[in-house]
Amino acid sequence: MKKFSILNIGKYRNLIIGSMLSLLFLSAALVSFLWTPFDVTEIDITNKLKTPGQIYWLGTDHFGRDILSMIMVGARTSIAVALVAVGIGIVIGTPLGLLSASRKGGWLDELIMRGNDLVFAFPSLVIAILITAVFGAGALNAIIAIGIFNIPVFARITRGAALSIWEKEFILAARVAGKSTTRISYEHILPNVMNLLIVQGTIQFSLGILAEAGLSYVGLGAQPPMPSWGRMLADAQTMVSFAPHLALIPGTAIILTVLGLNLMGDGMRDIFDPKLRNTRA
Amino acid sequence: MLRYTLKRLLSLFISLIIASFIIFFVIEIAPGDPASFMLGINAQPETLAALKEELGLNIPKHERYLSWVAGMLSGDFGTSYTYRTPINQMIADRMWVSLPLAVYALLISTLLAFPVGIYAATNRGKGGDITIMGATQLGIAVPNFWFAMIMVLIFAINLRWFSAGGFPGWEKGFFLCLKSLTLPALSLALPQAAILSRVMRSSLLDVLSEDYIRTARAKGLNKRQSLWRHALRNAMIPVLTIIGLQFAFLMAGSIIIEQVFFLPGLGRLVFQAISQRDLIVVESVVMILVFAVIMVNFVVDLSYAAVDPRLRNRV
Repeated sequence: MKKFSILNIGKYRNLIIGSMLSLLFLSAALVSFLWTPFDVTEIDITNKLKTPGQIYWLGTDHFGRDILSMIMVGARTSIAVALVAVGIGIVIGTPLGLLSASRKGGWLDELIMRGNDLVFAFPSLVIAILITAVFGAGALNAIIAIGIFNIPVFARITRGAALSIWEKEFILAARVAGKSTTRISYEHILPNVMNLLIVQGTIQFSLGILAEAGLSYVGLGAQPPMPSWGRMLADAQTMVSFAPHLALIPGTAIILTVLGLNLMGDGMRDIFDPKLRNTRA
Repeated sequence: MLRYTLKRLLSLFISLIIASFIIFFVIEIAPGDPASFMLGINAQPETLAALKEELGLNIPKHERYLSWVAGMLSGDFGTSYTYRTPINQMIADRMWVSLPLAVYALLISTLLAFPVGIYAATNRGKGGDITIMGATQLGIAVPNFWFAMIMVLIFAINLRWFSAGGFPGWEKGFFLCLKSLTLPALSLALPQAAILSRVMRSSLLDVLSEDYIRTARAKGLNKRQSLWRHALRNAMIPVLTIIGLQFAFLMAGSIIIEQVFFLPGLGRLVFQAISQRDLIVVESVVMILVFAVIMVNFVVDLSYAAVDPRLRNRV
């Protein structure tokens, strides 16, 4: 792992730009709990469809609601859904991956991996359709749908990394010392796959934001009056010809957040594994 | 190879059985029965009983599951609760929009990604490579449905080159339909092309640093010859895998894009079915999507094993 220092800060351009963008939207989401320029539920038809200006920095929508305030509160929804969905993936997927690697070639390993393949056959959109058909639409369903899809991602990545660590000599030493498979998994394997999980977590987080926006756009995610970036885009669709800012602003918010998280993930990967710097996809 | 194929085939059947089981029983726990929903709260008990009988809702769940699976195997998905028409006909009509859309998008994505990825890999570290990597990073971050809206704004509303949505039907002519699917396919394809070109670049860079490429150059082949004769063929393995996986993603992703362009595909069908609580249609469409993903994964696994014999020992 390369040492991070202020002297080689230029080499960490991705990490810095990515972290700044991510921090911007995280701050917007946190600040929205305490303050927003206007009340997001306040309807003011006299000021509808205002373009960005001095009073309404990012303009207003067809109900006269302030778009900046909606973007700030929408960031909350996107971040919360994606974060919990990544959490579900890590909390369930990582132990499954560790367990699978520790029982390599056994029936449990086979069962977990085939289970993973099966879950992969259900894209998050398909899971969301199933859940919505049964329980109706909502942000919680989006969390469950994206979260379920994240489980095999983390299980696979943990298993893959853990398998190579199980071959190392220090694991053999731990075995000789009489440690159980479970104890080795948690005391030695897990800390060594943590870097990988953090990087993958960032990528899944950005994918979660895209998925949440997509689900809300088709009405399977967050429901009104809860503002969400995908919902804002769905509302903007019929007005895009005469009020393009309604589509451009939430879209830019999604792009910048996802770009920020991806750059941050790439930057962290550069630090954890500099060999990949020039070849990674 | 035969042993590997048989093992994968067995795994495929088990996956399909479990997937059908999950889909059927998840839908079964939905509150309320379709007959009551269709007739409303003022329905007479005898009318309700007759409709339940007609829809087969009185049969025990496990028997209904078996008859649903048996029906699907013979191409009969049952009858829509809402429209009272055979579901296989409804799906077949919509499939003629969703499937060509996914294939068209995959074609655009591949045709764009290959030259871009190859150019970036062969010009590694230069201005062109850095620009491409930046553009693809941006492409990955763009939600396809937002990109679709922006393309409608530019190419349909402002330039009037394409229609903003709708599908004329294949009987109106191939090129007219192709034109109406162009913007949807581009919106689906561009973010995927960004991913694919990065995979192409990365895979080619890995291969270009191999000893046999150096040997080929030492034998007197120039850069272009070693690229076309040796490097590209070997770099294609991971790229083909991603193309296969992308097809499955495009099938599911087209559900959202169909909403933007008001295309009468599987996506529109499933959303209409959800709003009308036509659950038998929902479970059939979901089963078809899952079947497509499982089949594509199966084909990808087999082709991967055919190219790389080492994989045949791992199942």
